[in-house]
Amino acid sequence: MRQLLLCPPDHYGIEYEINPWMSRARGAEIPVAQAQWKGLFNKLSSLDCKIELIPPRPKLPDMVFTANAGLTIGRRFIPSNFRHEERAGEAPHFARWMEERGYEVVWLPKNLYFEGEGDALFGGDVLFCGYKFRSDINSHRAVADILGCLVISVELVDPRFYHIDTCFCPLPDGGAFWFPDAFDEYGQRAIRDHLRDLIDVVEEEAVHFSCNAVVLGREIVLPKGAPKLVTTLKDRGYTCHPLPMSEFLKAGGACKCLTMFMPQREKL
Amino acid sequence: MFSETVILRGHIIDSLILPKVLDQILTQGGDFKIGEIKIGQNRVDQSYARIEVSAPSHEVLDEIVRRLRQHGAEVLEKADVQLAPAPADGVFPKDFYVTTNQQTFLTLDGTEIEVRPALMDCAIVVDHDARRATAKKFHEVWRGMEIVVGHQGIKVMPVQRSTARTDVFEFMSTSIALEKPKSGVIREMATELKRARDGGGKILVVAGPAIVHTGAVPHLEKLIEWGYVNLLFGGNALALHDIENAIFGTSLGVHLARGSLAERGHENQMRAINMIREAGSISRAVESGTLKTGIMAGCVRHGVEFVLAGSIRDDGPLPEVITDTIEAQDAMREKITGVTTALMMGTMLHSMAVANLLPATAKTLCVDVNPAAVSKLTERGSFQSLGLVSDLEPFLRELTMALAR
Repeated sequence: MRQLLLCPPDHYGIEYEINPWMSRARGAEIPVAQAQWKGLFNKLSSLDCKIELIPPRPKLPDMVFTANAGLTIGRRFIPSNFRHEERAGEAPHFARWMEERGYEVVWLPKNLYFEGEGDALFGGDVLFCGYKFRSDINSHRAVADILGCLVISVELVDPRFYHIDTCFCPLPDGGAFWFPDAFDEYGQRAIRDHLRDLIDVVEEEAVHFSCNAVVLGREIVLPKGAPKLVTTLKDRGYTCHPLPMSEFLKAGGACKCLTMFMPQREKL
Repeated sequence: MFSETVILRGHIIDSLILPKVLDQILTQGGDFKIGEIKIGQNRVDQSYARIEVSAPSHEVLDEIVRRLRQHGAEVLEKADVQLAPAPADGVFPKDFYVTTNQQTFLTLDGTEIEVRPALMDCAIVVDHDARRATAKKFHEVWRGMEIVVGHQGIKVMPVQRSTARTDVFEFMSTSIALEKPKSGVIREMATELKRARDGGGKILVVAGPAIVHTGAVPHLEKLIEWGYVNLLFGGNALALHDIENAIFGTSLGVHLARGSLAERGHENQMRAINMIREAGSISRAVESGTLKTGIMAGCVRHGVEFVLAGSIRDDGPLPEVITDTIEAQDAMREKITGVTTALMMGTMLHSMAVANLLPATAKTLCVDVNPAAVSKLTERGSFQSLGLVSDLEPFLRELTMALAR
């Protein structure tokens, strides 16, 4: 059974602006956000997985986005080195929590920015990593050294899609759904070279963070607002669970950002 | 060209980072050379590439490197040059770096500076405060000057031979021997001279007295008149035979028009020397009307600068002739700045001396009746030298005809 890490939104709010979605002038409706998070928690709980909760910390409003805690493979946890000072305080809490649960914590060199599962997703046996807005490409090399797997580094070019998990979602049958324009031409080619059966998401659906989805076997939990994608996925035998995510979208996050696989892969 | 060496590591082939980086270098106006590449054998093995990135300016290079860093390129730290003080006036430290005529850069405190001028067989004197690196000859060095030793921190940018067949230098590497057809090459040389004259180049002519003996003076006068000569280097003999011919119609006492000996012709040379010495200089002789025609008069009238260097067998010499060899070299070196094309005719040692002063980027055309002189000059490692074995009069006649067309 897959194990997921979530963090309750007790301290969530738009308190700074570190991506184009965030605006302190347009804060999140906290009761609505809490209800939306509860909806996600309940939906995931109803599927074949086990949920772990990390206690939220005051003054770390984005800790709710556990995908950026780090990357977990087997019993090893590579914590994030956040690019922005505002989020850097989250890293020691996540690392300690994982360590207390028996994970081996492997830090990357401090000078390499890396934002965890938000920028590192396995498709087949290949780890696809995004770079430029948040993670450094050189962190990918360090991750490849630690894990001993093929890492495909792809450049993100649209600041709205600043982590790879905002525009790319691998599927267990070897394909993925993605918003190609979020990648540069070389990144698009590299992804096409390594994954067959790619489902393109149109821009009007991609902007609802439709690719920011949690895939558990044939079940896909994704934000509302992507009817075309849902139809395509249904045709391929997936069951989709669209959820309202408006209040987290205001911070540039949705279902997948709120979730970290523990581990993303048992072994390589 | 300015350059940096960058390293790329990781899954740069599968991620298409390597082609992306190379494309970016080119689209940003730079160029690259892959120094080393190691491609991972297995799927999970990482690859490695060492790439030398070059660009026409520091600014372009910095911009390229800034972009490449985003894609993971690490800039290889450059080692500084090693310096040692000159132990005495006119003496370089042991193990001093000997310059070539190629564009050369050195790294000083982590940044590159260009060595100027690109002059061969010199040492490099570094002025740390002014951040200046200068190629200097023995006699220009004083005790205590900081001089580059060893090869560390030195980078030489060889002149690249273009793969496009755009001019005669780029598809001819050997000299044209006596028995081969020459018209085509002479036409190409004419094109080259036209290109230099019309494109803001600077043309240097190095000539020996054979120009006069073979009766080629009228052709060279035309080249001067048409603006194909910006600078003339020669010896006492060139000027003297030209002046004797202009005043008496003889060269070494021989009537050039008839090829016969003039009566008391052997005196003409001495009388010519005396007339110029009396006038004070060649240019004054032209001004006073003593000297009306010929190569030297043409130079004076058309404002073509000349440097006449003396030798041990000179008669006279003429007033402008510099008899101190070192002084003559200095004078030539001073004037040679900016020369793009050099036409060297009928004087082996003088041509070699000049070739030693030219940067590798200058194009040299060498014509001599002696095949050994031509091959000595063209086999000097320059990509841009072209030799032709020919008597000078027919060569210059054909060249002026080609230029007149």
